[in-house]
Amino acid sequence: MNVQTDTKLQSFLSGFEGVRENAIQNEAWDALQYLDFPTTRDEYWKYTRISKIANAKLSSGKASNTILDLEKHLLSDQFVIIENGIFRADLSSFDLSKVNVKVESTDTLVQTTANMDELFQAMNTALAEQTLFISIPKKQVWETPVQVIYITTENQIMSNTRLVFESEDFAEGHVITTFINEGNSQSLSNHYTEVLVAENAHLKLDKIQVGNGWHVATENVWQDGNSTFKINTMTLKGDIVRNNLNIEVAGENCETFLNGAVITKENQLVDNHSFVNHLVSNCMSDENYKYVLDGKSTGVFNGRVVVQPDAQKINAYQQNGNVLLSDFAKINSKPELEIYADDVKCSHGSTTGQLDEDALFYLQARGISKDKARKILVSAFVGEVLQSLDNEKVLAYVNQVLFDEFGWTEM
Amino acid sequence: MSKTLLNIENLHAEIEDKQILKGLNLKVNAGEIHAIMGPNGAGKSTLASVLSGRDGYEMTEGKVDFDGTDLMELDPDERAKEGLFLAFQYPVEIPGVSNINFLRTALNEIREYRKEEPVSAKEFMTMVRERSQIVELDSKLASRSVNVGFSGGEKKRNEIFQMAMLEPKLAILDETDSGLDIDALRIVAAGVNKLKNENNAVVLITHYQRLLDYIKPDFVHVLADGKIIKTGGPELALELEEKGYDWLTK
Ligand SMILES: Nc1ncnc2c1ncn2[C@@H]1O[C@H](COP(=O)(O)OP(=O)(O)O)[C@@H](O)[C@H]1O
Ligand SMILES: [Mg+2]
Repeated sequence: MNVQTDTKLQSFLSGFEGVRENAIQNEAWDALQYLDFPTTRDEYWKYTRISKIANAKLSSGKASNTILDLEKHLLSDQFVIIENGIFRADLSSFDLSKVNVKVESTDTLVQTTANMDELFQAMNTALAEQTLFISIPKKQVWETPVQVIYITTENQIMSNTRLVFESEDFAEGHVITTFINEGNSQSLSNHYTEVLVAENAHLKLDKIQVGNGWHVATENVWQDGNSTFKINTMTLKGDIVRNNLNIEVAGENCETFLNGAVITKENQLVDNHSFVNHLVSNCMSDENYKYVLDGKSTGVFNGRVVVQPDAQKINAYQQNGNVLLSDFAKINSKPELEIYADDVKCSHGSTTGQLDEDALFYLQARGISKDKARKILVSAFVGEVLQSLDNEKVLAYVNQVLFDEFGWTEM
Repeated sequence: MSKTLLNIENLHAEIEDKQILKGLNLKVNAGEIHAIMGPNGAGKSTLASVLSGRDGYEMTEGKVDFDGTDLMELDPDERAKEGLFLAFQYPVEIPGVSNINFLRTALNEIREYRKEEPVSAKEFMTMVRERSQIVELDSKLASRSVNVGFSGGEKKRNEIFQMAMLEPKLAILDETDSGLDIDALRIVAAGVNKLKNENNAVVLITHYQRLLDYIKPDFVHVLADGKIIKTGGPELALELEEKGYDWLTK
């Protein structure tokens, strides 16, 4: 193999040697020797410039031994705290008789659906020290959600966090991931999640991104027959955020729900790339992402839906609505529907606009100030997506962040 | 004599550089009901828009005094807070914003402006119940998204319901009667009559005499070519019904 030595990635990785004793991790490390940071010439990264990350000098993070006050972020009594990529057993709290949660060294990795041709997945696989497993046994229904809080407390680090959320047949459960970083804008959180939704299982993942700095998250989801998977991605903070959500619908009679809300200001860049791959017949997927962009921020939505040959009677819906609150905010919205079967119902729509001036005036004419009227209208606009947060605590938390960060009040 | 609530002097206004109002005068005292009639395109809605402060409607000359304040100096919400209310000719649908939550926000902003205590949840719900009955608005509609899925008549009744909630000094009703069947018209008219007292005033914009059978105006004005060209009593409305506007504009 022809090893390049002078790539951006090589110098980026110089701080991350480390020992790998595991075949998969070795494979990932080898892949990194010929990969490099994507540029906007790569179709997959066309609108998302990450040279700031590529040029950063980062090292691997360590957990501290300080107490972290995470009270206001706690949304369940079953929770796992991961600081700078490392499990904090002392701060975590979960009852193994209720939920099956364990943290293992990634050295013991025996299988993965990570794509080693993709930089962030390969990097995560090679460098993640630990993997968190949340595994629901057959026929178990977990009433309480498991929350995983990923917190960054150091500057100029890259944390590689790895989560496996898996189920056996007829299992039901809900995981909430919360990404927090209250100060360090020069840190990268590179998160990787594998979800296995077994036959007749119903899994839900709420992903709440409220961290400063840089954040890349990849979910590789696999759905077996008669299963339901629902993911709600709420991106409320972050200088550069990139989500890669890949769902393989591999069994019949599945339902898949993808909801996303992106609220930005200043110079933020938030990019959601989703991919729903309908491999078999008789399934439904429903995707709805809404963006409210202010300041000089940029949003990217790329929603790819593929219906494979012979995957008949698929209903696939996709909707992306965007509101630009400033003349300098931008959105790049691109639906990609590839339908190779003939008996399929697909719809997609993308709308971008300012706030409805008539509605704004109507509210003002009733005595509501312009500023407040704008907030009412934007929160109504994303309200449709927020309603998909059927966990009350999660919804209240998101509303609180919207109030703290953007001054929104619910209507 | 009762006090003057609205005094419009020599109002000139334009939209997109097009002169629409060309020297309009109108004086409304507390306790009065005024009807403004006139052909389509005469500038009646423009008058309502200028008074309520809609963007793009610009006063180029004149003066509007509203109960002692210079109305044109105020933002639209401040005009409402001072007690001006506009029932829209075309009420706007606002998906995702609940009718009563928005009204409560409006009411509390108005109260705060007047340095009054915010309305309690209980007090507010009592108000909603009582005042939605004034226009026989189904209380289910009161809690839905603003005007979404409302019929034409329900939208108009919702406007009057909002008026009942906000208790303005001066209400301008822009074609509130259009699109109403006779039952709905009676309900709306009865609502307006009930809300009317000696301290407030109503300006009815309409181009049918029909509404005036149910709400008796003290004055009827004809607006044509950007001005009030004739003023009379209720009998003028009947005359207009019979003869149209041509005889006045010739
Ligand atoms: N937003 C607007 N932009 C341009 N012209 C307008 C606008 N609104 C009204 N006009 C024009 O102003 C004139 C008066 O309209 P309007 O006030 O709606 O009349 P009325 O309510 O008496 O029927 C009409 O010629 C109309 O075309
Ligand atoms: Mg009109």
